[in-house]
Amino acid sequence: MTTVAVEPRPQPFEPRSIKRADYLNISYGVRSWLLTLDHKRIAILYLISISIFFFVGGVFAAVVRLELATPKGDLLQSDTYNKMFTLHGVVMLFFFLIPAIPATLGNFLVPLMIGAKDLAFPRLNLMSWYVFMIAGMFGIYTMLAGGVDTGWTFYTPLSPKYANSQVMTAALAALIAGFSSILTGLNFMVTIHKMRAPGLTWFRLPLFVWSQYATSLIQILGTPVLAVTILLVAAERMLHIGIFDPALGGDPVLFQHLFWFYSHPAVYIMILPAMGVISELVTTFAKKVIFGYSFIAFSSVAIAVLGFLVWGHHMFVSSQSPYAGLIFSFLSMLVAIPSAIKVFNWTATLWRGSVSWDTPMLYAFGFIGLFTIGGLTGLFLACLATDVHLTHTYFVVAHFHYIMVGGAIMAYLGGLHYWWPKITGRMYPEFWAKFAAIIIFVGFNLTFFPQFVLGYQGMPRRYHEYPAEFQVLNVMSTAGASILAVGYIIPAVYFIWSMKYAKVAGRNPWGATGLEWSTTSPPPADNFEKTPIVSLPPYIYSKEEATVVP
Amino acid sequence: MNADFRLLPQQASTMAPRVDALFWFITAICIFFTILVAVLLLTFAIRYRRKTEDYFPKPVVGSKVLEAAWSIGPLALVMVIFFWGASIYFDMMRPPEDALEVYVTGKQWMWHLQHSGGQREINQLHIPLGKPVKLIMTSEDVLHDFYIPAFRVKMDTVPGKYTTLWFQATKLGTFDFYCALYCGTEHARMIGTVTVMKPREYEQWLTERADRSLALQGRQLFQKLQCVTCHHPEANNRAPILENLYGRMVELEGGRNVLADESYLRESILYPAAKVRAGWRPIMPSYVGQVDENDLVRLIAFLKGLKTGQTPARVEDFPAPAVNEKEAAKDKELPKPNEQPKATDKAKDK
Ligand SMILES: [Cu+2]
Ligand SMILES: [Cu+2]
Repeated sequence: MTTVAVEPRPQPFEPRSIKRADYLNISYGVRSWLLTLDHKRIAILYLISISIFFFVGGVFAAVVRLELATPKGDLLQSDTYNKMFTLHGVVMLFFFLIPAIPATLGNFLVPLMIGAKDLAFPRLNLMSWYVFMIAGMFGIYTMLAGGVDTGWTFYTPLSPKYANSQVMTAALAALIAGFSSILTGLNFMVTIHKMRAPGLTWFRLPLFVWSQYATSLIQILGTPVLAVTILLVAAERMLHIGIFDPALGGDPVLFQHLFWFYSHPAVYIMILPAMGVISELVTTFAKKVIFGYSFIAFSSVAIAVLGFLVWGHHMFVSSQSPYAGLIFSFLSMLVAIPSAIKVFNWTATLWRGSVSWDTPMLYAFGFIGLFTIGGLTGLFLACLATDVHLTHTYFVVAHFHYIMVGGAIMAYLGGLHYWWPKITGRMYPEFWAKFAAIIIFVGFNLTFFPQFVLGYQGMPRRYHEYPAEFQVLNVMSTAGASILAVGYIIPAVYFIWSMKYAKVAGRNPWGATGLEWSTTSPPPADNFEKTPIVSLPPYIYSKEEATVVP
Repeated sequence: MNADFRLLPQQASTMAPRVDALFWFITAICIFFTILVAVLLLTFAIRYRRKTEDYFPKPVVGSKVLEAAWSIGPLALVMVIFFWGASIYFDMMRPPEDALEVYVTGKQWMWHLQHSGGQREINQLHIPLGKPVKLIMTSEDVLHDFYIPAFRVKMDTVPGKYTTLWFQATKLGTFDFYCALYCGTEHARMIGTVTVMKPREYEQWLTERADRSLALQGRQLFQKLQCVTCHHPEANNRAPILENLYGRMVELEGGRNVLADESYLRESILYPAAKVRAGWRPIMPSYVGQVDENDLVRLIAFLKGLKTGQTPARVEDFPAPAVNEKEAAKDKELPKPNEQPKATDKAKDK
């Protein structure tokens, strides 16, 4: 990919030169981390923070699933249960899924992938993390001060008027986390525009960078609407200005429009970077140029743009005009096309490839399968008549967990395994990694597939007790969740173990092509010994490919 | 504990088989594509499994034909789904003209239902088999959602306006309904049952519980609240006459036209200044605080049936109108409800 790309590639597992300064050992001490401007260290700060939030959100989920093992509300009071699912949603969405790939892998990789020394605004990057942590503190305060029970959707008039839990601090946490997300998006966008290495044209960018670009677009354009919405709720609650409260002349449905105008695109903030990761994994582990590069790249942009026009599909039974419903249904259907393009292009990349079954690739297989199911079941919810029956039920819960857990988290874990040698300089234990990947896949499906059936049967969401006829499937789901929990704990253990004890990785253990693999592992503080010059498109694995690919 | 476990939900309304047909069509598409992707993925992953590290496969950059195929194919399929879904949805959104009307009020955490004959139910709904039933719904506090899985229909209830839901039951028996939209602490207990009865049994059920019809109760409120003082032909044009108003388009100040439906009537009672009819001065006071959701339902039921010449007299010697339960009980000794002509019935005769 650089000028030397046609010459013999660096060998995997080259001996690591002793005493070389990298970004990890260049300085020590808490200060050197908390005041760092290095995008790689900031990525690590994010990685640690969101892992803690993932654990917290996971505990809430476990409690929810335990309560649902029996039809009676026996383990928890209804109020406690309501707080559990609300906190699960708030923590997982705002403090794990939205920052997950962009703030960790994106932060670490975007400058490396485009041959830059850092992001465009290193101080802003550090500030994003501090803003995120302040939001996190508000989140933690919310939990300690009694929790919040409005659902992560904060629907009016329940949240500003009727709920008497910590609604405002929870909303403030989401608001502040949003600013961190905007700043990250802004930083990435400027970086991708301005800091590309010489010769790295737009169509030579790795697809991960394209997906980060599309994601940044949504973060910058969508998140301010969330901020405005939260401020309007605060204005109504504190100044009694009628915006959403019908008693003050407001309209509660307006809140849903504003909320979903952000929150639907927010789904794509989670899934687009995941798609970027999968594009990288598929080509590396098939050792073959990606099939339909420009179609994958533009489908990311298409999803980002379309994503802003479909929010009303959450509102087919909200009293929104049926004609508006018609348009939102139509536009939502169109999202199927760029999604299908991606899935088929990834699959086609494997055709006549040299496919290895390393752990990251197992996650990529898992992602493609589960995203396919998650995407296709979206058709039921984009379709007006079936949505009427299925919305507000467990079908929706199953659908978005297939996208966010089966999709986004699978890709995040795949990416983490893939770039772990670059980030830490060490491999992970292959056997345990494969074992965990399989456990996660099985546990995930057992947890969430029964929920599709529950939804079709008519079980509503957010019930702490339910009619006995729904128990069989709920027990399956709870059993699956306990398997899934084991699957998530194993990587946490071996990743920590690997930092000290695992095999040392060379520059490029996978024989991959991106610029990030041309530097040492872990990379030096300023990323490259000298600025790389790019003369070829991405994903060129052999001399022959260099002559064929345009 | 799982005696009545069933994999598929019951089909008990005219809508249910239509929604299910579409549901299974989409399911077939899902299964087809999931299997297609899984088979391709596994076949390629096994067949082209990496054997040696120094083999570099032949590059394949892409194929315009394939890209077109897997764009246009799915596009065609989703368009079929879209039109099919839309046609059923529009039937769901348009209740038949002759539907029985039941007023539903959701509040934390119970359902309050009133038949147009005045019969009230809590967390229960009795309906006749084979007749379209239209629910006219609102909420006293937060959003709720009225959901009958066996009928495949649901609709949110929104404070401050009316939403409607209709269905026609095709099976006798009782079916669960749920509040499907999270509404606070006891959301999971905001559930009830629909009982579908033979039409004759339903008539009998109604008669046993007959109170004065909603419209009649509304007529009394119309007088008690002094609406009639201004909305009357003898009132020197202080306010418009409300006869034949329901279901018509009315012209507003500023030239806009709105349909005089339940939501419009409700808004005009609570917030008269919101939509002022062209040619009238906004002098009507707000009735917020003087009427509750049940009163509104009564007034609206009255106004809906109010036809030419039926506006009650301004000075009518009338016993103190009964608006609360206690007085309603006292009232029962007075004229038998069924003997009194209903405003709605009279309207139909004309
Ligand atoms: Cu959405
Ligand atoms: Cu509810």
